[in-house]
Amino acid sequence: MTTSHVTPSSLSSVASARTLSQPGTALLGNGLETRGVHAWFGKKHVLSDITLDFAAGTVTALIGPSGCGKSTFLRTLNRMHEFIPTAAMAGEVLLDGKDIYAPGIDVTKIRLRVGMVFQKPNPFPSMTIGQNVLSGLKLAQIKNSNTDDLLESCLTRAGLWNEVKDRLGEHGGALSGGQQQRLCIARSLAVEPQVLLMDEPCSALDPGSTFRIEETIADLAKTMTIVIVTHNMQQAARVSDYTAFFLSDGGPGEMIEAAPTSSIFSSPQNKRTEDYVTGRFG
Amino acid sequence: MAIELKERPTPPAPRQITTKPRLSDQVFRTVVTIGGMASLVILGLIAIFLSIKGMHILVDEKFNFITESRWEVITDETGEVIEANFGIGAMLIGTMLSATIAILVGVPISVLSALYLTFYANGKLKKVLISVIDLMAAFPSLLFGFWGFFIFMSSAEYWAKLINKYLGFIPLFDVPTPIFERSPFIAGLVLAIMIIPIVTSISREIFDQTPLDRVQAAYALGATKLSMIKAVVIPYGRGGIIGGAMLGLGRAMGETVAVYTVLNVVYQVNWQVLFGAGGNVASLILLKFGEAGPYEVDALMAAGLILFLLTLIVNATADFLINRFGGKGR
Repeated sequence: MTTSHVTPSSLSSVASARTLSQPGTALLGNGLETRGVHAWFGKKHVLSDITLDFAAGTVTALIGPSGCGKSTFLRTLNRMHEFIPTAAMAGEVLLDGKDIYAPGIDVTKIRLRVGMVFQKPNPFPSMTIGQNVLSGLKLAQIKNSNTDDLLESCLTRAGLWNEVKDRLGEHGGALSGGQQQRLCIARSLAVEPQVLLMDEPCSALDPGSTFRIEETIADLAKTMTIVIVTHNMQQAARVSDYTAFFLSDGGPGEMIEAAPTSSIFSSPQNKRTEDYVTGRFG
Repeated sequence: MAIELKERPTPPAPRQITTKPRLSDQVFRTVVTIGGMASLVILGLIAIFLSIKGMHILVDEKFNFITESRWEVITDETGEVIEANFGIGAMLIGTMLSATIAILVGVPISVLSALYLTFYANGKLKKVLISVIDLMAAFPSLLFGFWGFFIFMSSAEYWAKLINKYLGFIPLFDVPTPIFERSPFIAGLVLAIMIIPIVTSISREIFDQTPLDRVQAAYALGATKLSMIKAVVIPYGRGGIIGGAMLGLGRAMGETVAVYTVLNVVYQVNWQVLFGAGGNVASLILLKFGEAGPYEVDALMAAGLILFLLTLIVNATADFLINRFGGKGR
């Protein structure tokens, strides 16, 4: 059995990021932490003992081969995991120091603060572009008197404003795949989350759209905490401040190593991390 | 140096692309085609039969057949028809009234139960409920009629009186004399219960197919279950709900025995749904068929033809509505 714990040096470097980052604004919050997170689907143990900190205002990439549990881990961070009927989890996920799985927590409020962008662009086809962006307000019954400004600022931050400002009344399905994904990012920004989870947001997109979304991520990181799952190691290297490497040796997925992205790619502490990031497997 | 302009070669004629299907494929194709055409042929034959039998009545009565409300056959001692007047206006209006009540009451109940079954009920209860609803669809309509007449009528009468008391100023809910038994309202409620199974199953199946990524997108934006259903499930399922409602409407318009048991059929146009007198084309045919002479049977066939056409129109309207309003949520 291999140890799934972070090596002491990498853990301390991740933890120290908190002190390095700017003092969190109200929106930015104090980041996200997990403590000993396990996950199951039915009896299958898919994720084992993940303890990881996401400092406020940083971008963390989760990398690893398919089936290593990184998407499952991401979905435990905003309680989307529990939508799968047989899913179970153990451990704690702390948002601003409070466990989001604590009894009596309103899960819809958690998901407002921890937004999510999915692998496949999924705008609501029955709504126009503008309605899509503002759909979160309607869904969560948030009142906002100045929706025009919000619409423009969300689309601008998602890097889509110039392309759609004259066609806000068109349906979201009329956009290209990359534009749809940026529309989905704009949609998740409208409810002002402090953490944004991205589950392989570029895997269905062409290189040009991928580039635009990576630019968007860099912009967004100034105001929020981002966790991104990616299969693309160049992408992890380009967009993230920290990288966590997940691996499953047939059993549950484990975190092999977490460290600042530059050191994961230049001087990984673990042999398996090195093999993976240098392309020897996976 | 002069450039010599070459004439472009004319493109070849497109090739004929053919394929020789295997024998097994051809056989299967024939079998499937026969199956597919069978319903069309049967429906066509019924329409032709009704037209042949009933057309001369329609020609004689002209528009009076659907506007007038009388059913008179006068015969001499030998049984020869001396004079006959046929009109099913009251029956047509009664059919549409009770079917409309059935839709207005039955569809909301069905959509709510479909939502409950899809998104709230779990495990064993869900399975039990689904089989109960399927069983309900197969239940003989006569038993619905009996139940409606002996059990349900008294409570429905009470509701009818309440509606009449508080909404009686609306002409639709007025009654000339306080007879609340056997009214189109009660017949409509019995029909509503009868269409619930079909509308529920169709809505449930369409709700079940709601794309998971849209459901998750809504939840990830902090949606409650209710707001997710409003924003994602209903727009996606709208076409299916309309389709199910139209099937229910078809059943409600064609239902014979249950309405015949519950409704007091009279030959007078009655818009007052709470009043114990109404009409129904299918029930009229059942009522008259047993003792009708050959000429009157032809008139009943003509009534059947009109009902058939009405159902066709309703289904065509349903198709139109689905195409017009159903597609947007997809």
